[in-house]
This record gives sequence, C-alpha cells and structure tokens, in this order.
Amino acid sequence: MLSRTADNLYWISRYMERADIAARLLEVGSRISLLPSAHGYRSEWDSLLQASGTAAGFAKKYGDPVQRNIESYLFFDRDNPASVASCITAARENARIVRTALTSQVWDALNTAFQELRQLERTPRSELELSLMVDWVTRHAAMVRGAIDATLLRNDGYNFLNIGYYLERGDNTARLLDVKYYVLLPSLELVGSGLDNYQWTTLLRAMGAQRAFHWAYGGDVTAAKIAHFFILNPQSPRSLITCVAGMNNHLARLSKAYGRVTGAQGRAAAMLAELETTTVEAIFDEGLHEFLSRFIGESMVLGNLMHECYLSGDVR
Amino acid sequence: MRTMPAELRQMKQAEAEDLFRRIGITFAVYGEGGDPDRLIPFDMFPRVFTAGEWSKLERGIKQRARALNAFLVDVYGRGEIIKAGRIPARLVYGNEAYEKAVVGFVPPKGVYSHIVGIDIVRTGAEDFFVLEDNCRTPSGVSYMLENREIMMRMFPDLFRENRIQPVDSYSERLRRTLASVAPAKCRHEPTIVLLTPGHFNSAYYEHSFLADLMGIELVEGQDLFVEGEYVWMRTTEGPKRVDVIYRRIDDAFLDPLCFNPSSMLGVPGLMDVYRSGGVSICSAPGAGVADDKAVYTFVPEMVRFYLGEEPLLQNVPTWQCAKADDCKYVLDNLGELVVKEVHGSGGYGMLVGPKSTKEQIELFRAKITEDPGNYIAQPTLALSTTPTFVAEGIAPRHVDLRPYCLVGEQIDLVPGGLTRVALKEGSLVVNSSQGGGVKDTWVLAE
Repeated sequence: MLSRTADNLYWISRYMERADIAARLLEVGSRISLLPSAHGYRSEWDSLLQASGTAAGFAKKYGDPVQRNIESYLFFDRDNPASVASCITAARENARIVRTALTSQVWDALNTAFQELRQLERTPRSELELSLMVDWVTRHAAMVRGAIDATLLRNDGYNFLNIGYYLERGDNTARLLDVKYYVLLPSLELVGSGLDNYQWTTLLRAMGAQRAFHWAYGGDVTAAKIAHFFILNPQSPRSLITCVAGMNNHLARLSKAYGRVTGAQGRAAAMLAELETTTVEAIFDEGLHEFLSRFIGESMVLGNLMHECYLSGDVR
Repeated sequence: MRTMPAELRQMKQAEAEDLFRRIGITFAVYGEGGDPDRLIPFDMFPRVFTAGEWSKLERGIKQRARALNAFLVDVYGRGEIIKAGRIPARLVYGNEAYEKAVVGFVPPKGVYSHIVGIDIVRTGAEDFFVLEDNCRTPSGVSYMLENREIMMRMFPDLFRENRIQPVDSYSERLRRTLASVAPAKCRHEPTIVLLTPGHFNSAYYEHSFLADLMGIELVEGQDLFVEGEYVWMRTTEGPKRVDVIYRRIDDAFLDPLCFNPSSMLGVPGLMDVYRSGGVSICSAPGAGVADDKAVYTFVPEMVRFYLGEEPLLQNVPTWQCAKADDCKYVLDNLGELVVKEVHGSGGYGMLVGPKSTKEQIELFRAKITEDPGNYIAQPTLALSTTPTFVAEGIAPRHVDLRPYCLVGEQIDLVPGGLTRVALKEGSLVVNSSQGGGVKDTWVLAE
C-alpha cells in the first residue's frame, strides 16, 4: 500500500488511543476531586499533566493547575496536541485522507465521534458533566476499535493500525507508571505508606483495571504486584508485555506478507525477549524509573524504525 | 411524488440529508469554491428522459466528444483545421491553455480528453443546446452515482414500477477506459492511480470515492517520483511502477520542471516520462484548449471538418466581444444577454442581463470595453424547467445536465448524468455556489 496511506492509518490509531488516555486521566482527576481535599492530593492534577506530557504547555498557558482549566486543557484545548478534541480531530482528518483504506463502518465511527465533538464544543460548559464526557470518549474510542476489529480486511493496513495502537498504549502505560513512581514519590520513606497505596490504586483506576487487578492477584496492593501487572503480566490488556507482543505479532504478519524483514522486527523482538525473561525484582534492582525511561526510549526508536522502514516513502 | 403528503416529504428530505452527511458528500463542484463541509441541496424530484430523448442526446454527445478529441490531436499535430481556415490560428496557438510542451506528441489511442463533460440545456421538446464543454477534469460524477444510491434507498417502489436504466457501471467503465489508454510500453495489467491535489481540495471526496470504486490508489504528487523511464509510487514495500495517471489537478501543477516551478502538488520530471511514452496522463496535458469558451463557438465546425457530419447538438449562438461587430451588438443589447468571461467558471464573473440592475450592467459595459477579448455573450434562453420541491410545495425550476462521456479505445456513455437545478425562483444559474442544487437523472428503458 502507499506509504502515506499506511502512515495515516498508523496515526489514526495512535490518536484514538491518545484521546482514550486523556479521558482516563480526567476520570482519575475527577474521582480525586470528589474526596475531601486532604493535603497531598492536589498535586494529583499536576501528575496527570506530567503523564500526558502536557505539563509544560499547560503551565505556559494557565500557570497553576486549577481543575477547571485542566479539564479544558485536556479535553477541549486545540493548543494542546494531546487533548481529546485535538486527537479526535486529527484521527478523523487522517481517516478522511485515507477513506479508501477504511470500511464505511470505521469511517462512520470516526466521523460520528467528530460530529458529536463539534456539538459538545458548542454546548455551554456548565451543562457538561465531566464523568459524562469521559464516558463519551471511552465509548467512541471503543466503537472505532470495534469497527476496525469487526469490519476491516486483515491486510497490511490492519497491521499498521494495530501497531499504532500497541505502540501508543505501551508508551502511555510506561509514562503513567513512571509519573506515579517518580514524580509523586521522590522520597523513599513514603513507599509502602498509606499514601503510596492510595496512589497505586489511583493508577489502577486510570488504567480501568482495578477489578481485573484484584481478580488476578488478590490481597494487598503492593508495588511489586502493580509493577508485575503493568509490565510483565500478559493477561493485562495494557501491560508493556501485552503491547510489545501485539506489535511483534503484527510486525511478523507484515514481514510474511511482504516477504522481507526490516529493522523494526528486530527491535520489537529484542524488546519482547527482555520482558519475557526479566523479573519484577530485576526491574526494581535496576530502578523502576530507569527501566521505564529505557522502555520509553526503545519505543521511540521502534517508532522511528516504523517510519524509516514502512511509512516514510523512501523504502527501497 | 406529487401526491406525497408534506410531512412525509419533509421526513424523506431529512433522511436524504442525513445520508449525505453520513457518507460525507459535502464537496463543492470543481472550481466553485465554498466550504468543503457544506452540503449541496439535494432535490428528491428526479429529472426524467425517455429512451427516445436519450438516444438522440447520446448520439450528439458522442459525436461531440469525438470531434473535440480529433481537434486536439490536430492542433498539437499538423493543424489542418487552421490551415483550412475553419478556425483562427490566434484562438488556438495564442490560447493560454495551449501547451507548447506537448506539440507533436500523440497520446495513446489518440485521445486527449478521456472524460468529456458536456453541459446541456433544453429549450423545447426537441431542442437541446450545449452551454459548454469540459475536456479537462469535469467533476460532479460522484453526485450522479450517490444521488441514485440515495433515491434507490428511499424510493425502492419507484424503481420497481419504472424501468430506469442503471448508472452504477460508470466506475467500471471509467476504469476500463483508463486501462485502454495505457502506454505501449506497458505489457502487463496496467497500474492506474488517481492523482489528487490533496484532502484540502473541495472535490477530494469525489476523488477518494472514485478511486475506491475503481479499486485504484488515490495518490498525491508527493507519493510519486520519476526514476529512469518511468513513474513510481512510494509504497510500504518499495517503489511500484505506475502506468496510467487519472489526474484531478490542473496542467500547471503536473510537473514543476515543465510548468509552474513553484508547484508543490506535482511530480518533477513527469512530463519527460509522459512524452517518452512511459506513462499515460488522463486527461492529456493540453486538453484544455478545446473547452475554452471562445473555441467553443467552433465546435460545430469541428464536427463537420473531422467527422464530415452535421452536428446533432446545437451551440448556443455566441457573440465574441473580440470581434468589433459582435462587441458593438453586445454593448447595445446588454440588457437581454448573458455575458461570460472566456476563462470563467462556476457562475462567477457572469452577467445575466434581464436579471441585473442598471449598475451591474454598466459595470460590465466598462469591463467589456476595457478588455473585449475576455468576454463572450449569449442570448438568454427560455430554459426548460422541471418540477422541484420548494418550501411552498412543488414548483418549476430551471435545470441543466452534465453527462460524462468516456473516450478510450471505445467511446462510452452511461445513461444518466448530473442534473443541476437553480433552486431560486426564476434563477438561471445552477451552480451550487449560487444557490443551485442537484437531482437524480433518470433515463427510462425502451
């Protein structure tokens, strides 16, 4: 297929996943805001901005993190390239460009999300409840994903869409985990304290995985269990290993269809091999932050390889 | 339809608009500008031709398309029609649309204009007039196809009761036409692409719609490059050779090395490959010289000269302001005439005398006096009307018709076309930018 088409498909899924993440972050924030404003919880909003990589942009535009401004910034603000509105608009625009590579159901799902977004933007904010907005995003993200899975031809375009999803999701899981561990708990004595547990629970909520976690592990929430769940557990839908395995699967299909192997397959295979053999203890020994930074760096390298080997148009 | 209750009609109308928006047809007809997300009004009352009416039209349209192509091959070759004194040399060789870059080159099968859109109006039971020819990249065919889809979905009974000829084979026939003009060098099943200026173009929906129906790649200039004797597209598996380019961009943007050097839309080196027979371009560069409004006057001459036949479709009588006598007549009768710019399109830069104020008429008098060569004038025709749904119920409104004639190894015409309707009462301007809408066009079987 055209490299530009593949690039558009890959970015449709990255943007939709990113919109989903922005909404999940907002949900966490809204939950915390319902609790008595105990000391220490306020900075939660700041960590959410850190996790979405938009803290600098927000500070420049609004200064101190105030809930209402953060909601606007993460949901509606077009100046924020990672806001829900920016992501859905970009995903729909990418889809419009490659209409021929999508089924009408996928286009319909993306276009409907966009048309409804425009209505939301015209609605006075006082009439919009945050929890409903969050539900709205996750619902549309799921509809797009569902339309892709249910109706799209299993060709190379399908593989590029999935690689985009997994790459974005793995990267986001790593960032969210990193923010929680590193930004919020700089001093070691807090680890294992009540606050610590609360932060971890919040993290589970952000990933929509609170119940799943308890089903999988039971008992107390511990840092080791959380790390295992989000990094090494292949049952967890957002864990790093699930995302990397997903990329490997779709990269393998590509190399089979095209009859050639590129640098992307090699890099993804190396990432998977490490996750399959390492342990939580080894990760903590290295330092969780160090491990996650390394993972984020490797994801970026893989993203660049995707561009070089498939999407840039300079493929030979 | 006349007996349909108002509520049901409104419901159906809303349903149609919703369908249009859902599938995303929100583009303006080429050259008319406007908001790309705007919906063109769709009128549910179809425009109907009998089999007899259509067969006469069909012969006339095909005849005209043949003559126009013969003219193009001639003027880029020996120029017999000019030597014979049947058309002034200045009108051809001095024409902005005359491409010196393709002089002496004969495109595969001798076809320059592969899709000829001929705008036709009717003034009486037997009287059809050609308003203008579109030899470059006539747009709007997606409306012909989608209007039909929507009508069939909404009024299946009408299709069961009437014998309406289908139009949905258009895309397959277009693909076949394009494949038939693949370069001689191409010895395999040709790879065809549709070249679009990009998704910001107002007709982008039509481009992607047609590419999808034909199962060909929709490419932009940046997706193509020239290497060796061929044009290649950039794919995820490496370069793939392209044999036929159905382009929906203007000549000036095709190749920055040959035409507009600041164009970002084109493919550097494309024209060299084209002239050496490595790729076919549809329509061929230079085709525009045949659909100029001043050259238009001579199309009946072309029919007689190249085909030795009498033209079946008439031209609207046209005064050329470039001629002193004509110009005097036009200036003396501005109140009764329609004045158009030679290179204008989309209903802009146009004066409809009987519908204009004194100030507008005087403005045009000044413009024509200043640059007479830039204007032509035609009488105001008593255009036929078709029943149309309006706010008050059903009322007559003026219409025109654009059929899409395909020219390749063979000449082919789908029974139908795009009917545009002037929705304003009394208006003669059907362009969507000026308050026009579209209708489904039915050709009945024998």
